[in-house]
Amino acid sequence: MFSLENITNSIQHWLYSTFNPTMALIMECVIVMFLVIGLFATLGLVLVLMERKVAARMQIRLGPNRVGPQGILQTTADTLKLMMKEGLTPNGADKFLFNLAPFIVMIAAMLILAPIAFAKGFQIWDINIGVLYVTAVSSVSVIGILMAGWASNNKYSLLGAMRSGAQIVSYELSAGFSIISIVVLSGSLQVSEIIASQQTGWWLFRGHIPAIIAFVIFIIAVTAETNRAPFDLAEAESELTAGFHTEYSGMKFALFFLAEYINIFIVCAIGATLFLGGWMPLHIGNWEGFNRIMDYIPSSVWFLGKTFFLIFLIMWFRWTFPRLRVDQLLSLEWKYLLPISMFNLLLITLIAIMGWHF
Amino acid sequence: MYRETQIVNTQNNIPSNAEDAGFAADGGELVINVGPQHPATHGVLHLVITLQGETIQKIEPHLGYIHRSIEKMCESLSYRQFIYVTSRMDYLSAHINNHACALCIEKGLQLEIPPRAQVIRVLMGELTRIASHELWWGAMAMDLGAFTPFFYAFRERETINDIMEETCGARLTMNYMVPGGVMYDLHPNFQKRVKDFIQLFNSKIDEYDDLVTSNIIFQNRTKGVGVLSKEDAVSFGCTGPVGRGSGVQCDIRKLYPYEVYDKVQFDEIIETGGDSFSRYLVRVKELRQSIRIIEQLIDNIPEGDFQAKTKAVLKLPKGEFYSRVETARGEFGVYIVSEGGTTPYRIKFRSPGFSNLSALDHISRGCKIGDLMAIMGTLDLVIPDIDR
Repeated sequence: MFSLENITNSIQHWLYSTFNPTMALIMECVIVMFLVIGLFATLGLVLVLMERKVAARMQIRLGPNRVGPQGILQTTADTLKLMMKEGLTPNGADKFLFNLAPFIVMIAAMLILAPIAFAKGFQIWDINIGVLYVTAVSSVSVIGILMAGWASNNKYSLLGAMRSGAQIVSYELSAGFSIISIVVLSGSLQVSEIIASQQTGWWLFRGHIPAIIAFVIFIIAVTAETNRAPFDLAEAESELTAGFHTEYSGMKFALFFLAEYINIFIVCAIGATLFLGGWMPLHIGNWEGFNRIMDYIPSSVWFLGKTFFLIFLIMWFRWTFPRLRVDQLLSLEWKYLLPISMFNLLLITLIAIMGWHF
Repeated sequence: MYRETQIVNTQNNIPSNAEDAGFAADGGELVINVGPQHPATHGVLHLVITLQGETIQKIEPHLGYIHRSIEKMCESLSYRQFIYVTSRMDYLSAHINNHACALCIEKGLQLEIPPRAQVIRVLMGELTRIASHELWWGAMAMDLGAFTPFFYAFRERETINDIMEETCGARLTMNYMVPGGVMYDLHPNFQKRVKDFIQLFNSKIDEYDDLVTSNIIFQNRTKGVGVLSKEDAVSFGCTGPVGRGSGVQCDIRKLYPYEVYDKVQFDEIIETGGDSFSRYLVRVKELRQSIRIIEQLIDNIPEGDFQAKTKAVLKLPKGEFYSRVETARGEFGVYIVSEGGTTPYRIKFRSPGFSNLSALDHISRGCKIGDLMAIMGTLDLVIPDIDR
């Protein structure tokens, strides 16, 4: 059966048998770097195209269909255009912070990628506090957004950045509680062990209703954390023109844009890992034949399938709902989601202690 | 007119209801320019907004970016010609604007309009109203961050545009009304296509309610936002859906019926909330009423002339003439002073958008920036109409 694990293992084996351990580690890092950059570029192109196609289908139009077959090269052409654009820095801006901000957002997005298991045994860094690491690093991107808004010397940007700061900091709590509830159920912070604990079934189905509540809250919270509609207040174009990245142009704008889509991918990947079993195939009870067939689908396909399903869900939100107002956004979090998720965590803990889950 | 944005630290010169909104006494105010190029103003409207945090303290609309002195231009155009300049004012109610001018001239000439022309005018007016409300509905949802309704609204609006194109030859700024009737007879396909449209529209209008009206986020964004009391609506001169959303009976079609509006059955939609949601509901319910009017008339278009016999050169007798109609945005009035010549001596248009805009500052104080979009969306501002 095809597995990426064999490939990664054989590469590692070859590296360590050919070079000394330090050299091999450096070589591995370089390979990972190229893989991550390649993945980012590909993901950016694919997700932007996907968003445009999904939006088009929902809005009874065709979407990009001129560049390349079915318009699949449209985003490549757009990227080329953005690369050739002049990167402007406004006169009154704090030049250093203004130019630094997109990179901070981008680097934060890159760092979260480390503990995500793309397939069986295909993981950059299986750190034992993987989930904690993810929640910690994902908070860094807000610094980049605040920096961008403040350094731009533009009032729209400033308002957008302030909104974004309040929003991301608030919604991280709910997302954190949802993540913790799965940690409680699986008993580990390590991503590979959380996935392994879902061998017999995904936590979404095994944790009764509290797990489903946690999943729903997680999806809402990460939609807000990635500044996506209906929580796209930071860049609400009808209110703040473009929010915190109003003054950015060219590749610096593209980095923000790319980071947004990478963040969507990452949060959906985390959601798929925690709630939908990561690369674990779908198994139903005692259906031997069905389970056998499911096992033949490669684990990477399972992971990407689940992730892209969640991404589609988040895109669906964007093209359906109107935007919330800033005070409603915060009262939704502090008055509803946070108390519910706290209580829900208690229920999950009870379920985990009593062993009531399937 | 461009104003350099600045952070102002004094509150002395700006009268505001600071106590109501709970502002800190020493807090800095932020002055931002919304427009003239801004996605939410739908035209070249320039709003200078004084903010305290995200809360609006004061809005100062600046006009003049699209002023074309239409009223002055009309004074040098003949009575047949000036009608069509008004298509460029409220471009979404082109038919109805032209209609008002034609009515005013007919009043001066004391012309009798053939029944067929009357029915055609009402049909066209109601189709225009639907098209205008459709565009408003899409743009309103888009202001609040939902993009998809815009495309759904345009899907139906295109059908109306096609009908217009077939009969009048234009899709947006239609020039179809002439003093004494309409310019051409209806296209043979007109009745069939309008019936098809009614069928299509009746199946889609529930979709509108599902997608936007009943959406909880949308209701939270619009309920209790931008409350305009009945007294204020009257004193600001708000008409149309804005006035009716505040409980003012101001439908000219009911109050001063023109053409065949006194013979058709339809309800004047009145909501008493006065907030953005009430104004929204008035317009959405008016869509159904317009369909009702069209349904009653489309099979009963009388045979006969579509235009009364008029002289080649029209001369209004000396005097003052006024006519008013209900456009999609409210009461549109045409006031002509004639000296007996071939061109009007003086013309004044009473445009609904101007009065409705004047209420903006009053109803948005203490709201958030996000609320401003909900308020401006339901005021349904068409800038060339405000800024003639």
